[in-house]
Amino acid sequence: MSIEARNISKSFGSFQALRKVNLKVNDGELVALLGPSGSGKTTLLRIISGLEEADPDSSSAILFNGEDVTASRAGQRRVGFVFQHYALFRNMSVFENIAFGLRVRPRRVRPSESAVRAKVQELLKLIHLEGLAERAPSQLSGGQRQRVALARALAIEPKVLLLDEPFGALDAKVRHSLRSWLRRLHDEIHVTSILVTHDQEEALEVADRVVVMRDGRIEQEGTPDEVYHRPTSEFVMDFMGNVNLFHGRIEDGKAVFGPLVWDHSGGEFPDGHGARLFARPFELDISHEQNGRPSLRARVTRVQSAGAQVRIELNSESGQTMHVEMPHARFRERSVAPKDEVFVSFLDGRVFFEERKQ
Amino acid sequence: MEAARRDPRWLRVLLISITLLFLGLFLFLPLVTVFLEALRKGLGAYFASFKEPAARSAILLTLVTAAISVPCNLLFGLTASWAIAKFEFKGKNILITLIDLPFAVSPVISGLIFVLLFGAQGWFGPWLTAHHMHVIFAVPGIVLATIFITFPFVAREIIPLMQEQDTDEEYAAMSLGASGWQTFWRVTLPNVKWALLYGVVLCNARAMGEFGAVSVVSGHIRGKTNTIPLHVEILYNEYNFVAAFAVASLLALLALVTLVAKTALEARIRRVAHDAAAAEETFA
Repeated sequence: MSIEARNISKSFGSFQALRKVNLKVNDGELVALLGPSGSGKTTLLRIISGLEEADPDSSSAILFNGEDVTASRAGQRRVGFVFQHYALFRNMSVFENIAFGLRVRPRRVRPSESAVRAKVQELLKLIHLEGLAERAPSQLSGGQRQRVALARALAIEPKVLLLDEPFGALDAKVRHSLRSWLRRLHDEIHVTSILVTHDQEEALEVADRVVVMRDGRIEQEGTPDEVYHRPTSEFVMDFMGNVNLFHGRIEDGKAVFGPLVWDHSGGEFPDGHGARLFARPFELDISHEQNGRPSLRARVTRVQSAGAQVRIELNSESGQTMHVEMPHARFRERSVAPKDEVFVSFLDGRVFFEERKQ
Repeated sequence: MEAARRDPRWLRVLLISITLLFLGLFLFLPLVTVFLEALRKGLGAYFASFKEPAARSAILLTLVTAAISVPCNLLFGLTASWAIAKFEFKGKNILITLIDLPFAVSPVISGLIFVLLFGAQGWFGPWLTAHHMHVIFAVPGIVLATIFITFPFVAREIIPLMQEQDTDEEYAAMSLGASGWQTFWRVTLPNVKWALLYGVVLCNARAMGEFGAVSVVSGHIRGKTNTIPLHVEILYNEYNFVAAFAVASLLALLALVTLVAKTALEARIRRVAHDAAAAEETFA
């Protein structure tokens, strides 16, 4: 089941949550809507689900498999919705929560009691909670509750699964295991899914495609690899993980960042035009001698070697703090210690230019 | 708590004694007196007080009044709290304030308002007279005044609870295909049932015990427009103490039942909230 949102705008009072957003999700795909809070990702999800309505506009529409569903209510769209805070029915057992969507069907399409039982048992097995059917939601852990919420959404055999920050309220460890469980589940049942999250790691790990949102617009979309390694804007670069940022300007057609001169292939800019250089911590290296690569002089202030990577904090000559990450093996070769004077060289980096004034 | 435990013994004893003395003097003693006075001439005289037609009619009218006003306020309370908790609209704060109005106004004034509206000289008086309808000094007036006096009880109990519970569960029900009606019966109502019952118990106690407002609109017509509290007053003014206290003991019993129900419900509501909070702590 493919999903298409066309020209969706939404405002709440004077706040513009979505500005003419267009989104396409292919059949069987798992797409992550990623962005900071207030970027409009949850609003877009709710409009796709039918829980919220887009601002009236003749050109806007929601299509499922090419069929216009804009006018139909949430319940008619056969959408499984999973809420951030689970939204389990607190007055019902786990069993009744999962059975709810089947029990509220109109009489002529309502499954028999035995069919309901069979379906619920099947779903309990899927979420590995077979023994807890009679528990109240309040007697479950956060991770278990979210799995019940997912089973409840799957009970109506949705054509589309929408997840609104499903792991946001869980602690790090549970979040991790649920994430990979969700990915495996998706590979098993192949239901077209949209996942909203503000956690870039989650989006990159789980999704087939990542849609980065900002201020009610789509900033960039692509595979996790594309948005991570080929960000098209500073915003995406910054949002995808830790970065070192250097401010500079154009001089003689080259981008200059203090002592650092960078050949760039971006457009032509006049001298004095602002430029910014971004490099991720693992794209920097440290050496005691200058090695021909563009580099900056710096002093090591802190070394943190507990973890998968060694994290080194440095202060450049101009007083800027930099972060470098490297594997333990390379760290041992480099043999750096706090207070050492070293050169920080760039293995990679991206230059972005100031917007041209209109 | 800690500080209180470190206070000297004599202070603790003094404070507890004063509290007990006050409770005994102002609450327990009057309650006992009601029953003692009622039974002064024996059980026979006590039960005879209820056999009188005027007493029977007063009891009946009180029951009828409560039977109409409690469901009305139950319905109103649910509607108002649903609207306030689940929707955003202009004038919401004014509505919340207005719900408390009957608590702020003296019951006698409330009664007078109805006389001014529906009395012979009131705004709608001539129209009502022309259509041979009686509101003031008749049962409809008593019911109206009681509804007015008791309408905050149910609403005030469920508004905070509904606000706290958010609309996520309702949205979830909708996304699963439930109609508005199914969502209300299966999700919203069960989530507030204990608080609702609590509000109903308080509302009922007040509906049966209301004196001031009802007194103004009733006209004290024996056998016709007297409720239990008004009947007690009449008997008392006629120096018929045994009968007065016997009928009053009904209201006292109602108060006791209400107290027990209130305590049980409060414990229940606290336990539900506590369970949820404890589960949150343990597992979240």
